[in-house]
Amino acid sequence: MTALIDSLRETGRPILIPYVTGGVTENWMDHVHAAVHAGADAVEIGIPFSDPVIDGPVIQAASVQALERGTTPDTVLRDLASYRGAVPLVVMTYYNLVHRYGHDAFARRLADVGVTGAVLADLPIEESAEWTETADASGVATVQIAAPSTPDGRLAEVCERSRGFVYAMGVMGVTGERAVLADSACAIARRAKAVTDKPVLVGVGVSTPENAATVAEHADGVIIGAPVMRRIAEGGSVRELVGRFRVALGG
Amino acid sequence: MSNLTMGPPTTRGYFGRFGGRFVPEPVVPACRELETAFTEAWADPAFRAELDHHLRHYAGRPSPVTDCRGLGAALGVRVLVKREDLNHTGSHKINNVLGQALLARRMGKRRVVAETGAGQHGVATATACALFGLECVVYMGEVDVARQRLNVERMELLGATVVPVTSGSRTLKDAVNEALRHWVAAVDDTHYCIGSVMGPHPYPWLVREFQRVIGEEARAQCADLLDGGTPTHVIACVGGGSNAAGTFAGFADTDAELIGVEAAGGAAIGSDLVGVVHGSKSMLLQDDAGQVLEAYSVSAGLDYPGIGPEHAHLSDIGRARYPSVTDGEVIEAVRVVSRTEGLIPALESAHAFAYLLREAGRAIPRGSTVLVTLSGRGDKDMEQISDLLAQRKESQ
Ligand SMILES: Cc1ncc(COP(=O)(O)O)c(C=O)c1O
Repeated sequence: MTALIDSLRETGRPILIPYVTGGVTENWMDHVHAAVHAGADAVEIGIPFSDPVIDGPVIQAASVQALERGTTPDTVLRDLASYRGAVPLVVMTYYNLVHRYGHDAFARRLADVGVTGAVLADLPIEESAEWTETADASGVATVQIAAPSTPDGRLAEVCERSRGFVYAMGVMGVTGERAVLADSACAIARRAKAVTDKPVLVGVGVSTPENAATVAEHADGVIIGAPVMRRIAEGGSVRELVGRFRVALGG
Repeated sequence: MSNLTMGPPTTRGYFGRFGGRFVPEPVVPACRELETAFTEAWADPAFRAELDHHLRHYAGRPSPVTDCRGLGAALGVRVLVKREDLNHTGSHKINNVLGQALLARRMGKRRVVAETGAGQHGVATATACALFGLECVVYMGEVDVARQRLNVERMELLGATVVPVTSGSRTLKDAVNEALRHWVAAVDDTHYCIGSVMGPHPYPWLVREFQRVIGEEARAQCADLLDGGTPTHVIACVGGGSNAAGTFAGFADTDAELIGVEAAGGAAIGSDLVGVVHGSKSMLLQDDAGQVLEAYSVSAGLDYPGIGPEHAHLSDIGRARYPSVTDGEVIEAVRVVSRTEGLIPALESAHAFAYLLREAGRAIPRGSTVLVTLSGRGDKDMEQISDLLAQRKESQ
């Protein structure tokens, strides 16, 4: 469980985690490898769910596209077994898929294919104890989400319960790009940093390399989802996009 | 307390194995705020008095119980009908919405967001928002916008913004997704007015408490009609399950058999699969991987793959059961109830009657006394009902 945290700490520069929806295209693993080559410190893999309530239009569309291709948790994890990168993999999904798979089976399957972390978007700390314990036993870190609306006392508890790193939501809202960086992105990073030693990564609303650089003054790094998925939808180069974020975050 | 049938849930919002609060972190604080506000309001006599005032003088409560002798004679059972169709806006949805609008005001929210299937909850929400001067946004699946056109026009006339939802199955499930997404971004000044006994804690509990008035009134009205007795069977239709929960709450401590009727194409309990969507753990139509399946029903209000968690619990402990009826049985029930009693039921409510028509003399023995909740009137469905009856004639 410390594996994820250690490898993120070792980088010595702001952490960059791009997100790719598993199964979005036939060659989706190429995008994962492209992100790694461009300097990602880890890659977050979305396992598509039918009702992604925290996702905006870009990632919703990617999820629909993946599901229409017949993507399931098993096909995503099977494809991940061919992963050749050196940096850690984290999955992001919704709890019903894990519940249906079975906690134990899912945690072991993640570990089998080399996944070291999991973000479950609709499993807040009140509901996550059982899953977290099972995941711990398989060496999979359950990453908790902190939001701008999370009050101080609760924020400390979220950070305390989080494994691997803390996922700090940059804005109140669904995943997706924003025209300007919200003040809440740096604010939540500062608040979380004040109560934890774990790496604090800001995701949601970090739309440009400039945004990333600004956020990295307060956080340990960023997660970029919608910009990557829009790039994939437009048929552009993930390597080029992630490379620009990498440069903005000090190479 | 939580062992009391249809009492409060546990502190974490569970009814037995079901319920909880499975929502993204950004809305957890709002759920907690709502839980506190509701707990305080519900214990506050002034709040109760104000709600009661609006229920009486605005919504028209109490709604009567009608002794339907024609239908009863034809079926060989006594049929008592709780008339939620007579409420202002035409269904039971107003009971919940008046309560939530008062809560929204008490919490200092100035905007309300809601989802709607048949449009009845949307119309009720738009109505309460007009009354209390709140801004109102209603998400409605594109399929439902088409089949419930009249209700869209009513909402717009009442000043609400209706947003058609084009994602997924374009019905109630996707309208809930969109309403939740809206809420995440606007939670500071916006109350999410959920339309049934579903969603994260405290919604399933809070909505049931606001609908409890159906069952409490009916209990007393039945006692009057039955010389202090209670019905042997209590039947209500189930989409998310709010009219059923409100009705059952009045009879949970009696010997009455409680029956919630699902649409055959949206029978969550019938699926026998536990799942988590829209904030709670309950029974859920889903595929082998856990993707939520689309429901198919002639009735927009029952076109939902889940069911409120308390119903899953009542089924679990054997206190209630949840059979389903087909679209064909439903349209026949609309015809029969209209002709014999002069009551045109909403397609949703007709599910409860369809079960009674099918099972009188079978699962419901001759001589039984049955309370049926008529959750809403069929005016909104007239176009669809005419089409369905015409189709049926052609195929005969
Ligand atoms: C008249 C009527 N009855 C029943 C329902 C189903 O909701 P619930 O199961 O919450 O009572 C609806 C929902 O739209 C409705 O309009």
